[in-house]
Amino acid sequence: MHYGSRTTVGFAEQRIDAVEKSTGNVKYLGDKSFQGMLHAKVATSTEAHARIKSIDTSEAWKVQGVRAIVTGKTFPFPIGPILADRPPIAFDKVRYYGEPIAVIVADHPYQAKQAAGKIVAEYEPLPIVNSVEQAFQKDAPLIHEQSGQYTKLIDNVYPVPGTNIASHVKIRKGEFGKAWAVCKDTISATYSFNLSDHAAMETRTATVEINSDGRVIVHSTSQSPFTIKKIFNQFFNLDVGKVIVHIPMLGGAFGGKGAVQLEPLAYLASNAVGGKLVKLQFEREEDMMTAPCHIGFNATVKLGVNEEGKLIAGQYTFLIEAGAYSDQAAGITRAAALDCTGPYHIPNVWCDSYCMYTNHPYATSFRGYGHPELTFAIERTIDQFADKLQMDPIEFRLLNVIKPGQTTPTQSILTPNNIGDAAKCMTRAKELIGWDGKQPIVSENGLVRAKGVALFWKTSTTSTNAQAGAILKFEADGTVTLTSAAVELGQGTKTILAQIAAERLKMNVSDIHVTMEVNTQYTPHQWRTVASSTTFLAGNAVLAAADDAIRQLKRIGAVALQCSEEDLDVGNGRVYIKAKPDIGINIETVALGYKYPNGHTVGGQVIGIGVHVQRHLTPMDKETGFGDPGPWWSVGAQAVEIEWDESNYHYKIVKAVTVLDGGTIINPMTAAQQMRGGIFLGLSIARGESFEFNEQGVIQNPDLRTYQLMRFGEQPDEYIVEFVETPAEDGPFGARGIGEYGVIGAAAALANGLSLATNVELTQLPLTPELIWRTRRAAYDPV
Amino acid sequence: MIVSNTGKYTVVSLLVNGSSQDIMIRSADTLLCTLRNQLGLTGAKQACGNGDCGACTVLVDGKPMHSCLLLTMEALNSGITTIEGLRHSPVRQAFVDNWAIQCGYCTPGFIVNGHALVTEHPDAEDERIEEWLQSNLCRCTGYQEIKDAIKSALNANNLLDSNGIDTAEQ
Repeated sequence: MHYGSRTTVGFAEQRIDAVEKSTGNVKYLGDKSFQGMLHAKVATSTEAHARIKSIDTSEAWKVQGVRAIVTGKTFPFPIGPILADRPPIAFDKVRYYGEPIAVIVADHPYQAKQAAGKIVAEYEPLPIVNSVEQAFQKDAPLIHEQSGQYTKLIDNVYPVPGTNIASHVKIRKGEFGKAWAVCKDTISATYSFNLSDHAAMETRTATVEINSDGRVIVHSTSQSPFTIKKIFNQFFNLDVGKVIVHIPMLGGAFGGKGAVQLEPLAYLASNAVGGKLVKLQFEREEDMMTAPCHIGFNATVKLGVNEEGKLIAGQYTFLIEAGAYSDQAAGITRAAALDCTGPYHIPNVWCDSYCMYTNHPYATSFRGYGHPELTFAIERTIDQFADKLQMDPIEFRLLNVIKPGQTTPTQSILTPNNIGDAAKCMTRAKELIGWDGKQPIVSENGLVRAKGVALFWKTSTTSTNAQAGAILKFEADGTVTLTSAAVELGQGTKTILAQIAAERLKMNVSDIHVTMEVNTQYTPHQWRTVASSTTFLAGNAVLAAADDAIRQLKRIGAVALQCSEEDLDVGNGRVYIKAKPDIGINIETVALGYKYPNGHTVGGQVIGIGVHVQRHLTPMDKETGFGDPGPWWSVGAQAVEIEWDESNYHYKIVKAVTVLDGGTIINPMTAAQQMRGGIFLGLSIARGESFEFNEQGVIQNPDLRTYQLMRFGEQPDEYIVEFVETPAEDGPFGARGIGEYGVIGAAAALANGLSLATNVELTQLPLTPELIWRTRRAAYDPV
Repeated sequence: MIVSNTGKYTVVSLLVNGSSQDIMIRSADTLLCTLRNQLGLTGAKQACGNGDCGACTVLVDGKPMHSCLLLTMEALNSGITTIEGLRHSPVRQAFVDNWAIQCGYCTPGFIVNGHALVTEHPDAEDERIEEWLQSNLCRCTGYQEIKDAIKSALNANNLLDSNGIDTAEQ
């Protein structure tokens, strides 16, 4: 394919949302108020695992302004995106501290909050499952007694009744047992970390109004507008077409807004007040304790090599902590399995990936969907193995890196089109971090400098029929309005789609007007804005819509110019004769149809429509994992240089390098934003973020003072971002997805560097000075 | 000024972005709540409600304050500047020019705080910039571009007026 020299794709076009965001004028959902709006508040469980004996609402009703109180009895059915295991409001049992037990609707937020504090629940406490390791034990208390009876909404979820296993996904490739027996050398290591939080700056919010004609109007801070419609249809028995979802721009999401939690609560609340508009906005503590969070993880990795140092066998046991309900953790369990090896060619693979219930807040998708987590385990093991084999860790990686012609754990065949160049990324990252094998370097003042690297990959595990659509509507002046259901959550997707449209239409990007909000009544269907899938899916849909519009412009232009359509080309605001470019007409004279001098008009408005759907994806086989779960693998390498202070165990991050092959880069500046922000997020989580639970399963740090995000000044002194651009034949202008990738190798690279500096193997997160101290004490000074 | 603490509303006037506005408040209303719900100035965001994140930062007599931690009645005798009053601040333009904006939710708080920094300490060095901006959280950018924006505004050093109030927008 050749489109000639490009004019906007590949250029750093300014984000179309930047100016408006800088003025404070952008209206996020919490900034909108609606006439006559009522306010909802959740009352939440004070037990992590208990039977509900009674809920007394009588005192709450006495608070002025209270209009309704809804408890689990109103809708005692479980819902969910993959496995329907979660009642929107707890009934019979509570399974985590902070779980909604009632929703109060009142005139003002403070009244609803006062009333929520007066809900009195009586519980019969049950034994608490307080860790994923405990959940996996045979005699562990059961959190879901009926898990075998839950409705499955997608393929590839396999609960094991009578256990806390919400899903068990298997990979069986080659003959692991035989290969393991003949390995020249092997290694085995175990890793773990707790649940943590997305901590998007905007907390989750939803409003619902039920019109008298039965239409349900939802406004939400969601990455999944069409999933809301689907879930309302499946569980509330509403017509899909009668559920209308509006999504404004989001104040960050990171996967946490892919889950559907507040919308059903707001629906039940609105239903209880005759359909009036009800707003449910989580405060920070609720957003951390009640709303879904980031998975916890426990992994055991076993690797074996042959004489040449090539990996021939890999065994992976993942315990994905879902918390109280499976939500997207069931999907993450599958995603972690299908990419379990990392970007290495390993012919014999055995993986058991378990989605585990615990009595903690439930988890959902988090930027990277299982990959930052598995990469931490894989890349730490690779480093330890290289050390054991006395090889340079980068050389060991390059020896084993996966290449076109080889197969993934699910036996998908890799081609130069569907995977980027991991070796090139690794080699470039090595140069950028200044890797010379001489480390750590100890200075006289007790500061230890070390570098760590990580290699990673990820496919975009969408549903097999995931799709997006786009509409390009020509205005009277020849400019274009672009509409799609891609949610702008900070990643810059609206700018990217405008660039793709402008490039194909050969227009200025400033002449593409993009609808920033999503309204499911007008926008075409889009699977969800997750999985780094939007540039690929919606971008291809925009290309198809542009081609459709170009066909229409040529058809009308052929009438106006009295020639055949084949003679024509479109560009620079004109429809013109290819062979004689000076003969043509301006697009504005055909945008609404061509009007002859006598007033007769032909054509009508040019409206380009395009849809793109995933091609040839398949579910995974239950016993072996065999299948084609994703369209392509973006790959990358990251490297981190740290300086650790022996005297107090603190460290600073000096440099953070990311080299990614995501195919063609549509906008180098927004892409660099994503990579810097991605590695920052990964480093922030790895360095200091984790929910702390007490013995009662209660989070001890549910706010941004005690749960510590990286603050200004704690970020790396220097970020370096580069791209290798191996084009994908079927991506828009050769692009693959990149949105999640910056985060994936961060924890692994940091932990590898710190392990070198501190001379102990760090196998847990977060990498606090205390963890380093404990690990060293256990290694060198056992009590 | 006596403001009822019984949950009833009292009419008071508040000086915001250079103009005096009559509003109704309860004694328990925070300045953030009043700005957003009474005056429609939604640029200041509630993200933690606890003084931990800085998304609600406004200027009170030129000083950056967390409006979620101030009662409206505490601000009645002060001049308040919100992001809506800083349209012509070079810090705002610097955030655009330096790609310091992604989701945009923390942006107003950072710009207001950064504007105060540039106004009060036009010669601020790294250490002061760091100390000053630690009160604000951003989850998207990794702070590099925010740092670049602040530094470029410090270098430009061409503020409209020393009080940090944008007279053109009043």
